[in-house]
Amino acid sequence: MTESPKFTRRELIAGVSLGLLPAAAGAAEVQTTEPTPTPEGMSVTLQVNSQVHRLLLDPRATLLDTLRERLALFGTKKGCDHGQCGACTVHVGGRRVLSCLMLAKQAEGKAVTTIEGIAGEDGSLHAVQQAFLDHDALQCGYCTPGQIMSAIACIGEGHAGSPEEIREYMSGNLCRCGAYAGIVAAIQQAAL
Amino acid sequence: MQPFRHLTPATAEEAIHSLATSAGKPRLLAGGTTLIDLMKLQVEQPDLLIDITRIPDLREIRTEGDTLIFGALVHMSDVADHPVIKRDYPMLSEALWRGASQQLRNMATLGGNLLQRTRCAYFRDTQFPCNKRVPGSGCAAIDGINRGHALLGTGSQCIATYPGDWAVALIAMDASIDTLSPRGTRSIPIAELHRRPGDSPHMDHVLAADEMIVRTRVPASPLGKASTYLKIRDRESYAFALASAAVALSMDGDRVRDARIALGGVATVPWRAREAERSLVGKPLDEAAAHHAGVLAFEGAQTTSENRFRVPLGINTVAQAIMIAKARG
Repeated sequence: MTESPKFTRRELIAGVSLGLLPAAAGAAEVQTTEPTPTPEGMSVTLQVNSQVHRLLLDPRATLLDTLRERLALFGTKKGCDHGQCGACTVHVGGRRVLSCLMLAKQAEGKAVTTIEGIAGEDGSLHAVQQAFLDHDALQCGYCTPGQIMSAIACIGEGHAGSPEEIREYMSGNLCRCGAYAGIVAAIQQAAL
Repeated sequence: MQPFRHLTPATAEEAIHSLATSAGKPRLLAGGTTLIDLMKLQVEQPDLLIDITRIPDLREIRTEGDTLIFGALVHMSDVADHPVIKRDYPMLSEALWRGASQQLRNMATLGGNLLQRTRCAYFRDTQFPCNKRVPGSGCAAIDGINRGHALLGTGSQCIATYPGDWAVALIAMDASIDTLSPRGTRSIPIAELHRRPGDSPHMDHVLAADEMIVRTRVPASPLGKASTYLKIRDRESYAFALASAAVALSMDGDRVRDARIALGGVATVPWRAREAERSLVGKPLDEAAAHHAGVLAFEGAQTTSENRFRVPLGINTVAQAIMIAKARG
């Protein structure tokens, strides 16, 4: 008897939602990637982490919901969904933005980078990811993808010159565990 | 969120045409940081979004003779970090970087920011009466939780605070906007853009339904250098003002030649404190004079049991901002 393939929870969810793993996941019905066209559907082409996706979306679809529910990129988190917590921070056109307050259509024609797109091609961690590990800059981890995307931009903008400046320019990313001391230290290290 | 159609016009004229000819409830969409938020809350329910972010010629930052020009789609972060603005107009830069977060400043536009809607919790929650959201329904804030509500420019129907910072700094600089509508272009001083609630608190501003902001004009001024935007909040960053003051000075030795003072976070509209300005002009400037100007700025304040602490806080904010501006002169 052959052992059934092992999947992490994340891979399983991703596989099911993309319709890639019907046998392994034992899904009775396979969800397809092609959406059902609706009268309100609008064609949107997104470039996410260097991959181009042609999608048919409800005009109401935010970039956040599209990343998570259509592209199975679950790293970007939904916290408040009202632009107050920073958990959904991604880069659009090289700038950090809140994907919960941006319609997917508004990201068309601009490069979108999420937490899944920052590691090296060989899987090596981004310097900011490594710094977060080095400084225990997280506890529960829910805010961490947003913190890291924001931190990469904070350093790139030149706003990581001092702990005070880092705190000011990272204030849009809340951490309810209170890992702020580690986050500031990690950004200082990565900015060197 | 209610369903809507999404248009992406290529020119401002096209956007205005869509706005003017739509039979339903159209809204212009720029940064979306207010509008999308309020649509999720069902406070805004447009059936057509006219997305103006693809219009190329609204992104200019330039000088034209003695005027600074900011296109309506320039992002808050672009001006906050602009080296010339930081050097010559610290008040303008500070009013921007002390607002929101860097993510929001990368999204929000200078045109949209002027028309940011109030953060009154009753306005944002459709379960409550609100004369601004539903005219004639009443005001839950006047006898409700109103610690953050306005002290100046209030009325019997609405005490909602105008939350922005940028417009406050701009009125101190006598800035204006250029608008476009099917009737052509016009220029409006920003000091005349916002409406006090009066008997129609649902009308935040004087723009027509088919009119859009295309740029902001700030008269270049030597007043810019000795200036500051001081913002006092419950937490040090990423919060709306309990009280803020935009102050710009022109000094003649130790005497004040000209002074500009505007208040944020304490009024229903961006608030120019002209009496306070006049009290400084022609006299030596010390801490007592700065404090007296603060007292004058808050004359006539209407308080509630919850928000009266913000009168002395506001006076101190004005006084401190004056001294910061003086030190930069």
